[in-house]
Amino acid sequence: MTDNTQTNEPHVLPLSIYLGVGSILIFLTAVTVYAASFNFGEFNLLIAMLIATVKASLVAMYFMHLKYDNKLYLLLFLSAIVFLGIFIVITMFDTLRRGDIYEIKAGAIRDAVIYDSLHITPDAHALEDSLSISTDTTEIVIDTTK
Amino acid sequence: MNKMPETHYLNATKGIKSWLTTVDHKRIGILYLFSIMFFFFIGGMFAILLRLELLTPSELYIDSDTYNQFFTLHGAIMIFLFIIPAIPAILGNFVLPIMIGAKDVAFPRLNLASWYIYMFGSMFAVFSLVSGGVDTGWTFYTPYSTTTSTSVISMTLGAFILGFSSIFTGLNFIVTVHKLRSPGMTWFKMPLFAWGMYATALIQVLATPILGITLLLLIIERTVGIGIFDPAMGGDPVLYQHFFWFYSHPAVYIMILPGMAIISELITAHSHKKIFGYTAIAYSSLGIAFASFIVWGHHMFTSGQSELAAMIFSFLTFFVAIPSGIKVFNWIATLYKGSIAWTTPMLYTLAFLFLFSIGGLTGIFLGALSVDIHLHDTYFIVAHFHYVMVGGTVIAFLGGLHHWWPKMWGRMYNETQAKIACGLIFVGFNMTFFTQFIMGAKGMPRRYHLYDDVYRPFHAFSTYGSWVMAIGFFLMAYYLFRSLYVGKPAGDNPWGALTHEWSITSPPPEHNFESIPITEHGPYDYDKVVAKSTFTEK
Ligand code: HEM
Ligand SMILES: [Cu+2]
Repeated sequence: MTDNTQTNEPHVLPLSIYLGVGSILIFLTAVTVYAASFNFGEFNLLIAMLIATVKASLVAMYFMHLKYDNKLYLLLFLSAIVFLGIFIVITMFDTLRRGDIYEIKAGAIRDAVIYDSLHITPDAHALEDSLSISTDTTEIVIDTTK
Repeated sequence: MNKMPETHYLNATKGIKSWLTTVDHKRIGILYLFSIMFFFFIGGMFAILLRLELLTPSELYIDSDTYNQFFTLHGAIMIFLFIIPAIPAILGNFVLPIMIGAKDVAFPRLNLASWYIYMFGSMFAVFSLVSGGVDTGWTFYTPYSTTTSTSVISMTLGAFILGFSSIFTGLNFIVTVHKLRSPGMTWFKMPLFAWGMYATALIQVLATPILGITLLLLIIERTVGIGIFDPAMGGDPVLYQHFFWFYSHPAVYIMILPGMAIISELITAHSHKKIFGYTAIAYSSLGIAFASFIVWGHHMFTSGQSELAAMIFSFLTFFVAIPSGIKVFNWIATLYKGSIAWTTPMLYTLAFLFLFSIGGLTGIFLGALSVDIHLHDTYFIVAHFHYVMVGGTVIAFLGGLHHWWPKMWGRMYNETQAKIACGLIFVGFNMTFFTQFIMGAKGMPRRYHLYDDVYRPFHAFSTYGSWVMAIGFFLMAYYLFRSLYVGKPAGDNPWGALTHEWSITSPPPEHNFESIPITEHGPYDYDKVVAKSTFTEK
C-alpha cells in the first residue's frame, strides 16, 4: 500500500512529558477556580475562555499527539474550529443586527436573559424589573411605551 | 456465453450469520442496499398516499393531522434514512475500495458497526411512526417542535443516532482514500468517483456533529426546559434555524456530491471518451464542500433574521452554483464526439444532466433575496428540491445501480425493460414536479392539506405523474429481482470500462484482488487503451 504521508510506528513520549503537562492542567484548573472568586466584570468570560483554550490546546498537542503527527491532522482539527468560527460570526450578523429596520424584530433577543427557573442567579431578579420580564411566569410582556 | 466464476464474495461463506458478522465491504454494501431500499419503499408509499390525498381540493380520505404526519414521515424517512446514506453506504462501500485497488476499507469493523447503528437509529424512526407519528416537518422547527404532543423526541433521537452511522462511513472513506490506494494510484489518477466520495466524507465528518448537537439541544429544551430556542425562557427560535441549516445546507451536498461522483464515471464509461476537465471536476467537489458551509441563511430569508444577514447570504449563495456549473459543462464537453452507447446507465446520466440543471438553476432563482420572498414556502420550493434530490441524486443513484449491478451480482438485467422503466420514471417525474413549479409561482403554499380550487388541475396532473413514476419503480424492482435468478452472466467488463473494478471477476472474489493491482493507465484513458465489452444481448 502506498503510505506517502508518514511512518506507522507509534510515537512514544517520555512519561515526564505526560506528567508535566498533566500538572500544568491541574494548576490551570486551580487558576480557573481562583479567578472565579473575583469579579472582572466584562472580562469574566474572556479570562475563563482564555484559560480553557490554553488547556484544550495542551491536551490536543500532547495527549492527542497533534504536535508530533503529520500536520494534516492538525489541519483537520483546526478546520473544525474554523467552521465553528464561521458559524458564530455569520450568525452574529443576524442576531446583533436584527433590529436594524424594524425594532420589533430585535425584541426577543435584546430582552433575553439567562433563564433560571430555580432563581439561583441573583442577576435574573435584578433584570426582572428593568426588562419587564417575569421570571416566574415565563411570559414576556412587551413594553410598548419604550 | 459468459460463465459465472466458481467462488466469489457472495458464496465464499454461507449462512445468515456469515452475513450479519461480515466485515467485507462488498457484503456490507449489500446489507445496506436491502435495508435502505426498504426504507425507500416506505418513504415512497407515503409519497403516493400524499399525492392521492391532494388529488382533490377538499378532504379525500385523511384528516389534516394525519396529512401533517404523512408529509413529515415522508420527508424524514427520505432524507435521513434514504438519500443521505444511499450512495456512500451502498455504492461507495461496494465500489470505492475496489476502484482504488484496495482489499477493503481502512476500518472494516467500523464499517459493519455503521450498518448496525443505521439499523438501530432506524428503529427509533419506526418507533415514532407507530407511536403516534410526528407532524413537525422534517426540519423540526421550533417553537412548534418543542410544544407538539407527537413523538418528536424519538424521531430526533433516531436522526441523532443515524448521524453517527454517517460519520463512521465518512471517516472510513477519508482514511481509506489517504492510506489504501494501490501503487501508481496517485491522487490525480483516482477515479472521480473516489474524489466525490472523499469530498462527501469531509462534509459528513464536519457537518453531521452539528445536527447531533442541534437535535440534542432541542431534546434538552423539550425535556428539561432549558431555554435555548424559546424566547419565553430567554432563547431565540431563529437560532434553531441557524443551527439546523448550518448542517442541512452542507447536507444537501452530502446528497448531491455522490450523485455527481457517479455521473462522472458513467459519462465516460458509456461514451468511451476521456473525461473533459478532470482536475476542474475534482477541485470543484472540494469547492462545493467548502462553499456549502457559508450559505445556510438562504433558507431563512423570511424567518425574521436581520436584513444584513439576508443580503450577505443571498450574495454568497450565488457562489455555490459555480462549482456545479463547472461540472455540468465538463460533462457535456465529455459527451462531445464521444461514442455514446445508449445503455440504461447512459439514459440515466442524460436524465440527470437535464433534471439537475433545472433543479440547480431554480436554486439560483431562490437564492435571489427578492424573488425568494415571493416563492418561499410555496410549491416552487418543493419542485426545486425534488429536481435536485430526485432528478439529481436519485436518478444518479439509479444510474449507478444499473452500472454496477452486473458487478455486484455477476448478472445482467433485462435492458429493454430497464429502458422502459427509466423512461416511465423520467416522464412521471416531470409530470409530477414541473407542474409544481407553476402552481408554486402562482402562490400555492407548501405543506397544506386543503387548497383553493384554482390549483386543482395542477394538483391532479401532479398526482397522475406520481402514478406513472410508481409504475416505473415497480417495473424496476421486478426486473432487478428477476435478474438475480435468470439474468445472463455479464462477464468481467460488460461496459468496456477502464477503472479497476472491471478488471476483476463479476461478482468479485472475496478479497477483490489476488495480488496488489498496479495502476498502469488513468481511469479514463479511452484514447490510449481499449477495453472490450464482455457482454452482448444475444
Ligand atoms: C445549485 C445550487 C443550489 C442553490 C443556489 C440552491 C438554493 C436554494 C434556496 C435559496 C433554497 C431556499 C428556498 C426557500 O426555502 O425559500 C433552497 C431550498 C432547498 N434546497 Fe436548494 N439550492 C441548490 C442546490 C440544492 C441541492 C443540490 C439540493 C439537494 C440535493 C438542494 C436541496 C434543497 C432542499 C431540500 C431545500 C428545501 C428545504 C426545506 O425547506 O425543506 N438544493 N435551495
Ligand atoms: Cu441550501
